[in-house]
Amino acid sequence: MKKHDSYWRILSTVYKKDCVLAFRQRSEIINPLLFFLIVITLFPLGIGPEPQLLARMAPGIIWVAALLSTMLGLDKMFREDFNDGSLEQLLLSPFPNTLIVFAKIAAHWTITGLPLIIMAPMFAMLLNLDSTAWNATILTLAIGTPLLSLIGAIGAALTVGLQKGGVLLSLLVLPLYIPVLIFATSAIDTSAMSLDYSGQLAILGAMLAVAIVSAPFAVSSALKVSVS
Amino acid sequence: MLIVESVSCVKQERCLFEDISFQVDAGDILQLEGQNGAGKTSLLRILSGFSMPEQGRILWREQDIHKESEAFLDELLVIGHKTGVNGQLSALENVAFWSETRGYYSPENTYELLAKLGLVGLEDMPVRMLSAGQQRRVALARLWSNDAAIWMLDEPFTAVDKSGVKLLQARFKEHLQSGGSIILTTHQDLTEHFPELKTLTLEYRF
Repeated sequence: MKKHDSYWRILSTVYKKDCVLAFRQRSEIINPLLFFLIVITLFPLGIGPEPQLLARMAPGIIWVAALLSTMLGLDKMFREDFNDGSLEQLLLSPFPNTLIVFAKIAAHWTITGLPLIIMAPMFAMLLNLDSTAWNATILTLAIGTPLLSLIGAIGAALTVGLQKGGVLLSLLVLPLYIPVLIFATSAIDTSAMSLDYSGQLAILGAMLAVAIVSAPFAVSSALKVSVS
Repeated sequence: MLIVESVSCVKQERCLFEDISFQVDAGDILQLEGQNGAGKTSLLRILSGFSMPEQGRILWREQDIHKESEAFLDELLVIGHKTGVNGQLSALENVAFWSETRGYYSPENTYELLAKLGLVGLEDMPVRMLSAGQQRRVALARLWSNDAAIWMLDEPFTAVDKSGVKLLQARFKEHLQSGGSIILTTHQDLTEHFPELKTLTLEYRF
């Protein structure tokens, strides 16, 4: 048996498998996007189509919708692997579990977060968000959605052993999403007033840096508890 | 190689087994026996390091498996009840994925391997379309594409037909002759004769 000990190979193998699976069952990619679109189109129907009112509320609506649509796919992050036993096999791999976990989180972000970022300008336009705030919207989503996947993965790993972990997962994870929501919407608001929003972005970036370093450790410990 | 020192397991306030000690050396095959619920799978999960025993410890090459887990995992192959085969992926992809995550380059002879296991023409089909026995054969393909020293197999013969059982046992013999060891749970007796066979019977306790 020829052996390799390349961390990069492990990362890309696990990442590719999850992406391939998501593309085979397209609903995993389309559902969160569709949910996002529905929420955004329903708001003008509910609160009235006044352009100024919509523009004022747009940052909040976009970000709340982003939070909820990320939540949709969260439970699935480890569920399927747990059910068919792949998770056990992955934890038995001689490679660091944090690496495997990181690849899975990255795949989850590619499937749920990245499409949102790409579609964000369209959603912003639907809500009549001032075009000066588009940059801020895309930037906050680009920094914020990986953060959502990283934090959410901890909750998903803790609840994967439970039969109906869905409700518990939202209770666990949503409070942790609140700081992201506050700073992201504040950044978009500030940029709509043509002010400097680098402070809020810096805080989001700092949170992302901490999460990238620490979340994989938390997730792999949580998975070990769930599997045992 | 593997030394088990007075291991006990308690589950839901029921003591499954107490103070079990044994040793598995190179070339040994150990069969765990016992009624349903006697704790065979629990013991196997403790041995593979998934669960912690209530008491006792397990040594692999004189080192605790939880302290030196990397060295242990490098030489361990486990196939449990849940085999870890993804139903959406094809047999080829499953074999390649598993090999890569274990640190092997994807085997070049996967087609021949799958042919040996009777999966000719089914290599590219999503595994969920295959029968239960064929799905298990996809998982068991790992036995031919690893160089682990110790195998822990939980009911490897479930859903596998007679010719498959024969094939597996032939592979067991090869593995034992090359100095490996096997721990397995099974309800059927092994049809082939293994001179090195040891059995450990777990009693069902209340």
